Amino acid sequence: MSENKIHTENMFLYYSEKMALNNISITIPEKKVTAFIGPSGCGKSTFLRSLNRMNDLIDGVKIEGKVMIDGVNIYDKNIDVVNLRKKVGMVFQKSNPFAKSIYENIAYGPKINGVNDKSHLDEIVETALKNAAIWEEVKDRLGDSALGLSGGQQQRLCIARTLAVNPEIVLMDEPASALDPLSTAKIEELIVQLKEKYTIVIVTHNMQQAARISDNTAFFYLGELIEHDKTKKIFTNPDKKQTEDYITGRFG
Amino acid sequence: MTKKEKKGKKKKLSGLEKWQSERIDITQKKFRIGDYLAEKVIKGVAYLSIAIVFLIFVFVFRESFPIFNTTKPTTESKAIVKQDSQETYGAVTDNASTTQTQETYGAVSDSTEKTNVQETYGAVTDQSATIEQNALVGDSAKAINSSSDTYTVSAGSGSDDNRSALKSMATKEWVPVSANPRYGLLALILGTIKITFISLLFAAPLSILAALYVSVFANKRMKEIIKPTIELLAGFPSVVIGFFALMVLATFLQSVFHYETRLNSFVGGIAMGIAAIPIIFTITEDALTAVPKSFYEASLALGASKWQTAFFVILPAATPGIFAAILLGIGRVFGETMIALMATGNAAQMDLNPFASVRTLAATIGAEMAEVVFGDTHYNVLFLIGSLLFIFTFVINAVAEFYVKGKLMKRIQGK
Repeated sequence: MSENKIHTENMFLYYSEKMALNNISITIPEKKVTAFIGPSGCGKSTFLRSLNRMNDLIDGVKIEGKVMIDGVNIYDKNIDVVNLRKKVGMVFQKSNPFAKSIYENIAYGPKINGVNDKSHLDEIVETALKNAAIWEEVKDRLGDSALGLSGGQQQRLCIARTLAVNPEIVLMDEPASALDPLSTAKIEELIVQLKEKYTIVIVTHNMQQAARISDNTAFFYLGELIEHDKTKKIFTNPDKKQTEDYITGRFG
Repeated sequence: MTKKEKKGKKKKLSGLEKWQSERIDITQKKFRIGDYLAEKVIKGVAYLSIAIVFLIFVFVFRESFPIFNTTKPTTESKAIVKQDSQETYGAVTDNASTTQTQETYGAVSDSTEKTNVQETYGAVTDQSATIEQNALVGDSAKAINSSSDTYTVSAGSGSDDNRSALKSMATKEWVPVSANPRYGLLALILGTIKITFISLLFAAPLSILAALYVSVFANKRMKEIIKPTIELLAGFPSVVIGFFALMVLATFLQSVFHYETRLNSFVGGIAMGIAAIPIIFTITEDALTAVPKSFYEASLALGASKWQTAFFVILPAATPGIFAAILLGIGRVFGETMIALMATGNAAQMDLNPFASVRTLAATIGAEMAEVVFGDTHYNVLFLIGSLLFIFTFVINAVAEFYVKGKLMKRIQGK
């Protein structure tokens, strides 16, 4: 099962002249939850965003090295970025539902990918909402604006929206950082369920969260990948002193 | 610091220490005069601007009010009505030369019947006619002064005039200057709506797409060039656009579409669209740029292309702003006088054909206010047109505000 889904080799990333990622080589297994931890500004979000080329939107980003997904370098010249992003979905830190109805938010992804059949769309929307554990809460008001939902519901809606496109990898950039403990618990539960179907990479500031939900954990510090191993090992018996210091709260 | 040191320093407190040692008193309500005044001034200015708009409407409407007075004729209006009929036919007062004057009004000159004069008046397609008319007013003024006394004797009742004027408003003939004046507004209203429609059909898609390009697709440098260039057009005097339409655009469009009348609602609509583009563009662009960047990212992360994102996410999210932009565009076209005067042909006719000449409400005021007699029925009707323009704009805005924002927005963005 644990095939290598994502694999990077000697990857460097620069914002203009400033180096943000320094020689990252990591292998992320399929259908597991991999958590990235580290202090703010250490490059974990940047690395996450480079996995579906969201960094392309920022001016002056330069990437060197290999980023392989399913054995294909996604920074090759003839890669179709649109399809790459379909394959590698992303949930953002701040929930960002569109200014549309709940239904339209979910149906948007399938629609732009050519699904026009109403009954088929209904099915996709229902499945996605159920997978994101929000169906029960919104099934009676699918026509309402998504912006009227609570923060936690909005974030789960965004997860549902991502799932509706049927990605293989789901990248999550601190999905629960702006949520209350109850919503966070729901989302964590959801992530654990989702790993049966998807490869999940999650960035988090909350170390307990990483310990609770992830199979593997990678610790980033100042643009470098310090340590990457099984979560249990990282949290109980890390190889590097820096990792231990961070996890035990001695710095960062 | 020990207590002793503190005590020793107490007499000479530094600014910071004073600031830190100050107790905050919340028991007494403090009257802040500066805040109070600023608040009142701002409130006053806001109310004043509303009052000014309202007063303009009241005064414009007041000028048109006598036309609704069908019972009490005034001697003043009697005299003026007669003067008016004289004025139209020029300085010459005898009937024999009516034919001559007719020639200046239009193409047809073979008949001496008055009805003919009225009809040809509507078909005037040239600026020169208006100019000549202006010249005639000057001449006729002297003649009127010397002979008005004799004519007041035979003047008809003013109330009758008003009654027939009011009645004639629902017709389509705009013949304000005649022995039997008719003030049919329908053709003018239709003309205005037609022009507005054509110009919006031309300007709205162009400017919205241009705004979409600038805010979503264009790179920084392109944006810095296109945006100011289009916005520059907003400050363009409409007389220049009108002149361009009259001299260049009309000829060009005629050679492309091969229609009969050179100046018509199509030419006028395009020219007014040119005037409306920068307004719609600027506001749409602002609205599109104000759409949160997270929408853009979220859509791309779902595997949408740039175009799909722009069209299905950013455009719907900016709908309220785009509507405001289109409304302002409508306002501009609706009230545009100079271009209408120069490029539409100024013939009041009921015709849905886009290649027929039209006359707009605003252009009617612009063309005729200079030669209308103060206090005359015609004068009142022109002011009534002014109030109508006011009311139309108000109604369009109100409808947009309540219907579009209420229902359409719900359909696009969910309840």
